Amino acid sequence: MLEVVLFYIASAVALLATILAMTRANAIHALIYLIISLLAVAVIFFLIGAPFAAALEIVIYAGAIMVLFVFVIMMLNLGERGDARERQWLQPKIWFGPAILSAVLLAEIVYLMGTVQGPATVGIVTPKAVGLALFGPYVVAVELAAMLLLAGLVGSYHLGRRALERRH
Amino acid sequence: MQELVVPLNHVLLVSTLLFCIGMLGLMIRRNIIFILMSLEVMLNASALAFIAAGAHWGQPDGQVMFMLILSVAAAEVAVGLGLVLQVQRRFKTLDMDDADRMRG
Repeated sequence: MLEVVLFYIASAVALLATILAMTRANAIHALIYLIISLLAVAVIFFLIGAPFAAALEIVIYAGAIMVLFVFVIMMLNLGERGDARERQWLQPKIWFGPAILSAVLLAEIVYLMGTVQGPATVGIVTPKAVGLALFGPYVVAVELAAMLLLAGLVGSYHLGRRALERRH
Repeated sequence: MQELVVPLNHVLLVSTLLFCIGMLGLMIRRNIIFILMSLEVMLNASALAFIAAGAHWGQPDGQVMFMLILSVAAAEVAVGLGLVLQVQRRFKTLDMDDADRMRG
């Protein structure tokens, strides 16, 4: 039953971090809280028996997509005032809240790793089953996702290239 | 049927709450960066519902849907952030109420 307690803690962290992210005035501060929220959801995935989805959530959502956000916000903030503003962003009172929330998540993960058997879910859906389903009955969906990603690639290249060329 | 240790209802409740927070943020905030973040939160909440249901019935379909949602989110955010750059260049603002007119 310990998993249930850990699940409630992770859910509380996720909800709190999301609310804080939605109410920040500064986009970078909101982004930090949003990353905490995604990490908390990854812990929930781990607890309900989907460790592969948890890894994907961290690598793609909290890693790649959030890095895209950071890139764009930094591109929009170019200028001589940028340095002073970034120094202001690193004040302790700004990273204190996210640090506490992520420390809670870290404690949960360390505790889960310490237990020998891991999360005691009965039916963990293995990545093998997911892969078999992806390239069996869902192969059309995989093709559609590939086309969607290609369209996204072409579209974002088109939009971004125009924006960069006219800036110079 | 394989049962989850965590009750399915509670996972779905968390997912619903996350979705509602994202939708509230989408309706309240006017900065386009925050609008995109709210969309991410909503997609993430629906992915949580899929994963919970898939784990509850022990089927891989939930995680398959999670991966499709992941690719949708990646494509959406790439195009959306390209649009952010365009809006910033054209309107010199990120406030969507200043950029609500279509040309045509």
